[in-house]
Amino acid sequence: MGMDLSPLWISAKTAFAATVVTFFLGLAAAWLLAGYRGKAKGIIDSVLTLPMALPPTVVGFFLLLVFGRNGPIGRLLYSLGTQVIFSWPATVIAASTVAFPLMYKTARGAFEQVDKNLIYAARTLGVSEWKIFWRITVPLAWPGIAAGAVLSFTRALGEFGATLMIAGNIPGKTQTIPIAIFFTAEGGEMGKALLWVVLIFVISFMMMSLMNYWNYYQSKNARIAGEGG
Amino acid sequence: MRKFKRAMMVIASFLIVFMAACGQKGAQPKATQEAVKEIKPVSLTVSAAASLKNAMEEIKTAYANEKPNVEITYNFGSSGSLQRQIEEGADVDVFLSAATKQMDALEDKGLIIEDTRKNFLENKVVLVVPENSSEIIDFKDLSTDKVKKVGLGEPKSVPCGEYAEEVLTNLGLLDSIKGKAVYGKDVKEVLTWVETGNVDAGIVYETDAKVSDKVKIVARAPKGSVSPIYYPAAVIKTSENVDDAKAFINYLYSGKAKPVFEKYGFIFIEK
Repeated sequence: MGMDLSPLWISAKTAFAATVVTFFLGLAAAWLLAGYRGKAKGIIDSVLTLPMALPPTVVGFFLLLVFGRNGPIGRLLYSLGTQVIFSWPATVIAASTVAFPLMYKTARGAFEQVDKNLIYAARTLGVSEWKIFWRITVPLAWPGIAAGAVLSFTRALGEFGATLMIAGNIPGKTQTIPIAIFFTAEGGEMGKALLWVVLIFVISFMMMSLMNYWNYYQSKNARIAGEGG
Repeated sequence: MRKFKRAMMVIASFLIVFMAACGQKGAQPKATQEAVKEIKPVSLTVSAAASLKNAMEEIKTAYANEKPNVEITYNFGSSGSLQRQIEEGADVDVFLSAATKQMDALEDKGLIIEDTRKNFLENKVVLVVPENSSEIIDFKDLSTDKVKKVGLGEPKSVPCGEYAEEVLTNLGLLDSIKGKAVYGKDVKEVLTWVETGNVDAGIVYETDAKVSDKVKIVARAPKGSVSPIYYPAAVIKTSENVDDAKAFINYLYSGKAKPVFEKYGFIFIEK
């Protein structure tokens, strides 16, 4: 085709990496907060949800403050000879930060729906906490967790503002599809911009449909297995 | 039936709010036409290249003394973005571009008043580094390991990016900086990256380097490496305040504006 297709691979890599990161971080945060009964619960929850409520430019600003040359993490990295600003990992950081609240909120809601008696019963039978989490809680909360993962992926794929601020527009390294769309449109290359728009639409739609069908298939099977048991 | 009625009410209220908002805009021109000509307040929207920001703010204050009834609203951005906005119908009275390419595009589409168009300023591009940097001393250093990241304007929409690409091509350095180049949406963004040290070097206008005390110029584009950088200005044909727009643009072309532009490092082009 002659056209540079790197934004496609960059977006795919970034979205997948960000989904993996948010999946585990979100699960961890959801599990911790679902069980936490302290007074700061509301405040912590607000802080964790904030990246979703704030404009991406605000998120980008804070990330720049932290990871930039003069920020706490930025300075540490600089002393080690690297920087994360304007590099591919920065796209993952930006995408993870904005997608995190989606995973966290959905997973937490799912965890809180799990029947506590099942967990108590497992404890009386001597099952370790780790096993309880992965073999009882997560499978029971799975529909919610899966939904969270789908939402995170699509949010990560569509992230623009914060990504532009800390990862910049480097074709072949950090130029994701949303960034490519912005700059090709600004440069008057409407045909190219439209191509990317259609591509990201198709990808997002396909991913969501696939994950929804897989989720439906999973829960259908679970029901059948349950009835058979 | 209940649900349907509710939905219809929501849609109707949205439509009402939407039409009211549109109606407001349409109502204004009629009102100003009926008002007395001499003392009516005029609002001018001036789209100007980002590099003109500091100079234009000062000019606004000076112009307010000359014509107190004229309120100027600036819209700064890369000339490419501004050009596209005008093409898409943005309500702009005057356009100040950092390159002739964008103005030509508008002229070809018949969007400017041709006899108001003039190249009124000239600028130069320079290589800048953060104030406390010491290793980089010339354009050639961009291809070495001393520079891990270089900030440039996006060539297709930012004139400074286009000029930078021209310089680098003529110096045979363009290929060696690929993968190191971070493209910004306007020249001020590139300047900020150099100021904060997030890039090791950047190519901006001499006028930008002058207003910042956090960067220093290490090299100027060698003679012949870049075509002359002219800033054209023109009044937009669809302006609703053509006479006031013309008055403003003539002010920019006059000896009154000259010292301001020269103060910021621009080369003022006389008649």
